[in-house]
Amino acid sequence: MSGKFNIDNIAQLARLKLTDAEKERLGGHLEQIIEYIDQLNRLDTEDVEPTSHVLPIHNVFREDEVSQSGATPDYLTGSPSHQKGHYEVPKII
Amino acid sequence: MHRKTILQAREDLKQKKYSAVELTEAVYQRIDDVESKVQAYIHLTKKQALEQAREADRRLSAAEEAPLLGIPIALKDLICMQETRTTCASQILDQFISPYDATVVKRLKGAGAVIVGKTNMDEFAMGSSTESAWHHPSMNPWNLERVPGGSSGGSAAAVAANECIGALGSDTGGSIRQPANFSGVTGLKPTYGRVSRFGLIAFASSLDQIGPMTKTVADSALLMNVISGKDPLDSTSADVERPDFMKSLERSVSGLKLGVPKEYFTSGIDPEVEHSVQEAIKTLESLGMEKVEVSLPHLEYAVATYYVIACAEASTNLSRYDGVKYGYRSEKNDNLLDMYMNTREEGFGEEVKRRIMLGTFVLSSGYYDAYYLKGQKVRTLIKQDFENAFQESDVIVAPNAPITAFKLKERVNDPLKMYLSDIYTISANLAGIPGMSVPCGISKSDGMPIGVQLMSKHFDEESLIAVGHRFQQATDHHLRQPPL
Repeated sequence: MSGKFNIDNIAQLARLKLTDAEKERLGGHLEQIIEYIDQLNRLDTEDVEPTSHVLPIHNVFREDEVSQSGATPDYLTGSPSHQKGHYEVPKII
Repeated sequence: MHRKTILQAREDLKQKKYSAVELTEAVYQRIDDVESKVQAYIHLTKKQALEQAREADRRLSAAEEAPLLGIPIALKDLICMQETRTTCASQILDQFISPYDATVVKRLKGAGAVIVGKTNMDEFAMGSSTESAWHHPSMNPWNLERVPGGSSGGSAAAVAANECIGALGSDTGGSIRQPANFSGVTGLKPTYGRVSRFGLIAFASSLDQIGPMTKTVADSALLMNVISGKDPLDSTSADVERPDFMKSLERSVSGLKLGVPKEYFTSGIDPEVEHSVQEAIKTLESLGMEKVEVSLPHLEYAVATYYVIACAEASTNLSRYDGVKYGYRSEKNDNLLDMYMNTREEGFGEEVKRRIMLGTFVLSSGYYDAYYLKGQKVRTLIKQDFENAFQESDVIVAPNAPITAFKLKERVNDPLKMYLSDIYTISANLAGIPGMSVPCGISKSDGMPIGVQLMSKHFDEESLIAVGHRFQQATDHHLRQPPL
C-alpha cells in the first residue's frame, strides 16, 4: 500500500509507546488490513447518508432530581495512586 | 445435576429434588473436574455464589417466585459485578474491582440467580478465538486442541462443558453467536438497545449487546425476560415494550417466510457446514416455513466496514485506560505523557493495540472521510439490504461461520484471516438486528459442532425464539454432549 500509514504518528496519537519490533509487525498487519478496507472504495456512496446509530435516538431529557451516586472512595480505590480524595499523577510540566 | 438446563433446574428446585446450594456445589464440583482442561473461567465467585444459593433456598422454602431462583449463571468478564474483579481478560484491568453492578447483574440478582464466576474472553472482546486473553486461552470442550470461538469463548465453553447452567456473553461482531456455534450451544444477540449496556465495559458502543448463551433456546427466552428492557442508566437502551419471551415458545412458525440469502452460500464456506445448514433449512420447511430467496448484496463489504467502525469506536473507548483512574500503571512514569504511553504499551496485548492503531488511523486528520465516514455510509447500505430482505421474509437463515472451530494458534499470526471468520455474523451488528445461533449438526471430518444462524427484524427476538425452539423440538443437535 500506500505509505499513508505513518506508524510513529499514529502510535503517538494513540498514546502507545511501541517497540521497534512491534512497529514492524503491527505496521505490516495494518498495511494489509487497510488494503483490505480499501475495497470499500469500489462502492459509490456519494448520495448515501452515514449511519452512526442504528435506531432513531433522541436527546434524552429527564427531571433534574438529586439521587444517590457511588461514594468517592469507592471510585478512588481503583486508582493506582491517589491522595486526599484525589487522583495522583506524575508531574505534568 | 450440572447437566440440567435452566428450565429443568428451576422445576427440580421448585419440587425440592435438590436445593440451590446442592446445585451450586454440583456445578463447582464439575468445575473442579474439568476446568483444568477447559479453562473457561478467569476467576470464580464461589463465596458469594454459595451465599446467594443459601438465600435462594430461603426464598424457595418460602415458596417465593422469581425467574432464576437458585440458578447458577456465569458472566463474561467484561460485565461489572460489585466488589468483584472485572478484568476484560486484560493486564490493564487485572486488579480492577467494580464499584457497582451492571444493570444485567442487578436484574440477574433480583431474579434470584447465583453468579458462579467470570468467564474468559478475548482481551476487551477483541478476537474470535479467546486466544488474545491475557491470563490464559480457553479450550473447546469438544476437542481441547481447538478454540471455543470468541470473544465470549469462556461463556460458550462453560455452558458446553456444563460448568454453569447458563451464561451471559456480549456480541459486537459475532462474539456470542460464533463461539456458541463453535462450542455447540445456543447464543442470542438481541436487537441493539434491547438490553442495557450499563456496566458492560465498552468495546464499540454502537454495536455492543449483551445476550444469553445457554443449552437451549427456551433457556435463552427466560434469560431475555430477565435482562431486557429500558434502563435509565443507558440512554441508548430502547424504550420499547418487553414481551414475555416465554410465550414465543408456544408460537407456531407455520407460514412464516424463511429468507435464504444467496450471498451466504458462495465460495469460502466449508462443504460440511453448508450441508448442515441446508439440512436445517429443510427441517424448518418441514415445520411449515416457506423458503424464499433473498439478497444481501453488500455482505462482502461487511468485514471491512466493521473493522473501520468497531476499531474507531474502540480507540475512543479505550483511551480511558491511561493509568490514572483505574487499573495498571507502568513503573516507568517520569512525566505524565510517558506514564500514559508506557502504561498502555505494557498493559494492552497485541490485538488490542492493533485495533487501537487502526481506529486511531481511520479517525485521524486527512483520513476520517476516506475511512470512517465511508464506513458509516456502507453501514447504511448494509442496513438497507436487511430492510429490503425483511420486506420478503420474516426470519433470515444463514451459516454462522464459514468453518468449524479451528485449532489453537492456527490463525493468531494472520489477523485478517481471523477477522474473516466473522463474515457471517458482523452484518447483524452493523444493522442492529437480533441474531441467534442454534446447533444444527456435527462435522463428520473433524467432529466439531456446526450451528445455524437466524436473524430477524429489529425487536423481533420473538420470531427467533419461536423458530429456534421449534427447531430444537424437531432435532436433537442441542442435546449432544462433548466427550469430556
